[in-house]
Order: sequence, then C-alpha cells, then structure tokens
Amino acid sequence: MELFWLAARTIVIGVFGCVAWFWGSNMVLDAIYPPRGEKAGDNIRRANQIRPWLFLGPAILFMGLYLVYPVLDSLWRSLHNADGSRFVGVDNYTWAVGDAKFRESMRNNMLWLLVVPALSTLFGLIAAQLTDRIRWGNIGKSLIFMPMAISFVGAGVIWKFIYEYRDADETQIGLLNYLVTRLGGDPQLWLTLIPWNNFFLMIVLVWIQTGFAMVILSAALRGIPEETIEAAILDGASPLQVFFKIKVPQIMGTIAVVWTTITIVVLKVFDIVFVMTNGQWGTQVLANLMYDWMFRGTPDYGRGSAIAIVLMLLVTPIMIWNIRNARKEVR
Amino acid sequence: MDGMAGQKSTLTWVVNISALLLVLAWTIPTLGLLVSSFRDRDQIAGSGWWAAFSTSEQTGFVRTGTDDDATQVDGIYVIEGTVLEGAQELIAWGTRSREPGAYQPGETVEIEDGWQLTVNEDGSYRLTSDAPFEMRRGERIFTTTKAPANLTTANYQRVLTAEGLGRAFMNTLTVTIPATVIPILIAAFAAYALAWMQFPGRALLTAAVVGLLVVPLQVSLIPLLQMHNSIGIGKGYLGIWLAHTGFGLPLAVYLLRNYMVGLPREVIESARVDGATDFQIFRRIILPLSFPALASFAIFQFLWVWNDLLVATVFLGNTREQLVMTGVLRELMGSKGGEWEILATSAFISIAVPLIVFFSMQRYLVRGLLAGSVKGG
Repeated sequence: MELFWLAARTIVIGVFGCVAWFWGSNMVLDAIYPPRGEKAGDNIRRANQIRPWLFLGPAILFMGLYLVYPVLDSLWRSLHNADGSRFVGVDNYTWAVGDAKFRESMRNNMLWLLVVPALSTLFGLIAAQLTDRIRWGNIGKSLIFMPMAISFVGAGVIWKFIYEYRDADETQIGLLNYLVTRLGGDPQLWLTLIPWNNFFLMIVLVWIQTGFAMVILSAALRGIPEETIEAAILDGASPLQVFFKIKVPQIMGTIAVVWTTITIVVLKVFDIVFVMTNGQWGTQVLANLMYDWMFRGTPDYGRGSAIAIVLMLLVTPIMIWNIRNARKEVR
Repeated sequence: MDGMAGQKSTLTWVVNISALLLVLAWTIPTLGLLVSSFRDRDQIAGSGWWAAFSTSEQTGFVRTGTDDDATQVDGIYVIEGTVLEGAQELIAWGTRSREPGAYQPGETVEIEDGWQLTVNEDGSYRLTSDAPFEMRRGERIFTTTKAPANLTTANYQRVLTAEGLGRAFMNTLTVTIPATVIPILIAAFAAYALAWMQFPGRALLTAAVVGLLVVPLQVSLIPLLQMHNSIGIGKGYLGIWLAHTGFGLPLAVYLLRNYMVGLPREVIESARVDGATDFQIFRRIILPLSFPALASFAIFQFLWVWNDLLVATVFLGNTREQLVMTGVLRELMGSKGGEWEILATSAFISIAVPLIVFFSMQRYLVRGLLAGSVKGG
C-alpha cells in the first residue's frame, strides 16, 4: 500500500511538475514579451524564438543526461583503469583483443547477427504472406505476434522448459527431447551442447522477433500496387514467382528496415543469454560480458566501458544509415 | 477450367495448413508452460505437459516398512501398508527395477526364502515371513499407476505468497506506471516543437533523436549509476523512473513527431490566425488529435519497462524487497531450476499483464510499429 502511494505521488508530482513547467514558463515568457502594446510585433518574434526551447528543454535535458553524456563518459572511462583513477590509453582495448572471452563474445555476436535477423525476416515474410491469404489470418497474426509482449526472461523460462533434459531412462518432459527420443535419438542437454547451444538461444529471439517482422512486412505487402501482380499473373507467373520476383523486390526497402531494426536488438541481446546459460558453455555475448565486468566480483569499470564502447561502435553504421534515411524523408 | 479451379483449392489448402503449422509452432512453447503451471510437481515430472489432459501412467517405487513395522500374527511376521496415494489406480507392480510391471495386482509372489509379497488392487500390500525380518531398509515395490487428469491452482497460491511474487508484482507496477506516464508528457511538447515550430537547429535535433534511438543501453549503465550515486539518488525508484524516462524519450519524441507532422496544416494555421498561442494549439488541438500515437508509445513503453530486467537490476538493487518480477524469475531460474511448477507459474504471472495489454490494445501497437519503422528508419 505504501508503494502504491509512492507511485501515485510520483505520477502526480511528475505530471504536475511537467505541466507546471510548460505552462509556467510560457506565462513567464508572455509576461516578459507581452504580445500587445506598441512593441507587439517585436515581442512576438522574440518570444517565438525562445518558446521552442521551453518546449524542448526537458526532453533535451533528459536525453543529454541519460544518453549523450553516458556515451562520452563511457569513452573516458574506457581509457582509464578499473576505478577511473589512472589514464591507461588504449590498454583496455588491447586487453579485449587478446582476451579469450571477449573474442568468444565477438564471434557469438557476429553469429547472432547473421542468423537472427535473417531467420526472423524470413519467417516474418512467410507468415505475412500466408496470413494475408486466409480467412482466419488476423487471429493467426495475433498469435505469431504474441511473443513480442513476453519478456526475454519469460521467453527464457518458456524455452528452457522445451530444452529440459531428463536421463534417458526417465520420462522426457521437455518437448524437444521428447520428440528426439520418439524418433529414436538420445536425449541431449541442449544448452550445454557446444557450439549448437548458441543456435538454441538464437531460436528464442527469432521466436520473439518474427511477429514484428510479420506485422511490418504484411503492411508493406498490402501496399504493393495490384496492377503489377495482375500483370504478372496474366503473363503466366506461378504464385511462387509472383512472390519472389514481383512482391519481394518491391518491398526491399521495408525488408532492409526490418533487418536493421532486428540487428540493433540482436547487438544488445542480454537477458536471454543471462538467464539461460549466463554465458557459460561458449555462449557469451558482449552485453553479458560487459555486465560480468561491471557487477561480478571486483568491478572493472575500465574494461566494462571498453566493451560498451565496442557495442556502440557496432551500432554506429546503422545509426548513420537511419539518420540519412530520416533526413531524406524530411526533404 | 476445371483444372485451374482444382489447382486453386489445392493451393488454398497448402496455404491454410502451412499457416496453421506456423501458428502452432509459435504458440506451443507458451501453451506448454501455461498448462504446466496448473499441474503439480509429480505430474510435471511424471509426464510431458501434452499428456496433461489424458489419464497419465506413471512408474515409481515405494519401500515397504522395516523390522520395526513388523507385527506377529499367528506365528508369522507381517508388514503391511499401501503403495498408492491420492486418486491413483494400480495397473501392475514388480520387485525388480528391470521388470517394474512383472505382476498383476492381487498376485502373491515369493521374493526371497520364505518371504511372500502380495499387492492388491486397492494398493495395500502384505509382506509375510515365517522368520523375523532382518532388513535395514524396506523392500522396493515398483508400481505402474494411472492417475486421472487433475489440474490445480495451488501453484498460483503458493507462488504469490511464499515465493514473494506478490510483492514483486507491486514493485513492477510501481516502476512501470510513472515510467510510462512521465516520458509521454515531456515527449509530446518536444515533438510538437520539432513538428510545428520554426527555429534554427530543428533538422539537426530531429536527426539527433533518430540517432539516439539506437544507442545501446549498456553504454549508459556505468556512467548513470555513478551519477546517481554521486548526486545522492543512489539505487531506488526515483533513479529507475528517471532512467526509463531518459531511455524512452527518443522513441517517444520520434513517434509523436512523425505523427504530428502528418496532422492537417490548415487546422493549425487557422488556429494561429485566430490568435491562439502555441500552448493553446498544443493543448486544444494537437494533444487530442495525437491520441493514437500517444497510445502507441504508451503501450511500447509499458511493455518495455514491465519486461525489462537489465535496468531494474542495475538501478533498483537486488534485495528481496526491491526485486521486480523479471528479477524474481531470474533468481528462481537459478535457485529452483528443476521446480517447473514454481517457474512456470511465476513466468505466467509475470507475462499475464503484458499479454492482456497486448491483446486488448494490439491495434495501437501495430500502428505505432508501422509509424516507427516504415516511415522513417
């Protein structure tokens, strides 16, 4: 109950604080430069120069403090030792290059980067095409989209149950091992099965992201002009040809957007690995490795920050590409 | 003509069946956990969840009593008891692990010199011997039993009270609601300025927002934790609210700006001509018209904050009182890895609210996704 009041109070204070700021600062502005009297025109012009910054102020402050400053601070820390007391140049980065765990994480992140966006987009495309053509398509879409709402941790539990292992002479309660034993194979400890365990973790993210890809691609598929498809059918194209030669090329732009969006998610993947294997058995990834250096044992903020900066560098190309696209859009 | 119609209906069938398979593949994982959350520990260990609705056969063993339990009746020594519990039904039994179902209920078997064992259909057994028993541990009786399908909500009761998930639920709610409401307000004003006000640096700021969309959260953890510690916020609700507000703002500003730019120019211009101030335009026209976009972002932020583990772990702390649901779930996975009845139930409680939000407000979610991805990048 106490908690409830705390939360309620915060909402009230937060909302009122925001409203008070926006409303109050506007009032003050209008009082300083009243939009009437002999200098009305001048005043309005001046007020209009300042007002945008009143509207933008809190957002800029928050984004600056919580996103821009941390990038710079991390950069600074990555050039210093564990507690930030001594400048060490690029030592943390040279350490990373030589570190076995870091290399393993890089390799795994690259593997994730190749597999997850590709499979999610592929399944999403297939799901979009299939569900658009059937009567119960909307229900189907909802169900494929549903994992989007489930936390990575929840998804971790769900899939760990599927990979559950029991000795060969016991009843298998994990779906995968049940199927494998029914087909005559031996039950496996899937999550410790190097190197395939990486793929068993990736499946979880593919399962979550497919719905996202499907929703976006489905909208794009519907936006394709009917004439192009009709023309192809008249020319005798088979359904598969229509799909791959007419539809897919026309939505390439959207596929690229979906691909890059999932790529960003993949680069930052943390929770799934954290709760399912915690980076053991050759499944370490950058985000989890960084968490290890930050919070396990004696924290080493230098090395942790260096790993964070590597992550930042990996997303930078996509960031630039996104900004360029957005600017094209504005023009 | 007939041939073509035939082809078409085959294709329809193929499409329907493939879609069905795909949907099944995507729902079965969740379904398995949902079903398991209603089964007790023995049922989960005894058979796969897919067998939950049929009567299930289980094999196991019990030990008979020992010397101490023996009574002397008419000169022979007797140990009695039962091999069944609850609503189980005995199908077969045995005395060796190699042949757990060697005998039918009601049979009497000589298992060692002079030892006679009878197991009846009702589960009662009777072990007799002419000489006193000499055994430290009881004899093993292997059983094959049938139990009717039996679903229970006991797991939910246990998890909510004993495992501390009730408290975690409240914590999650406390984190989520302010962290959803506050960024919306801040972002709405900023988005309006970016969409409808003229000022130098507008394009640059818009580009910066797009850029900030992809900044990995990981980069902020160490600097922000240090900052919070040095200005005295430390670990706690205030810190996590601020952090989520900061992390959510780029998406909020971006989504809302994209939406507001598309609002009809005439409405806004004519209001300006009528002498409305920017503040009035924002409050009376823009805000009501932007409701769909506001709802989209609210859902995103709600799902994201509710499901988050990393930010909560770093900014809120790890004591029992502070854990959010994802944190509890993670802890349970470590400490109760094999107790699936607990894990399944906890997982379900934690994903119930997002699922309700998801299914009831899917329309806005889809709209938001499309606005966020297709239009810009």
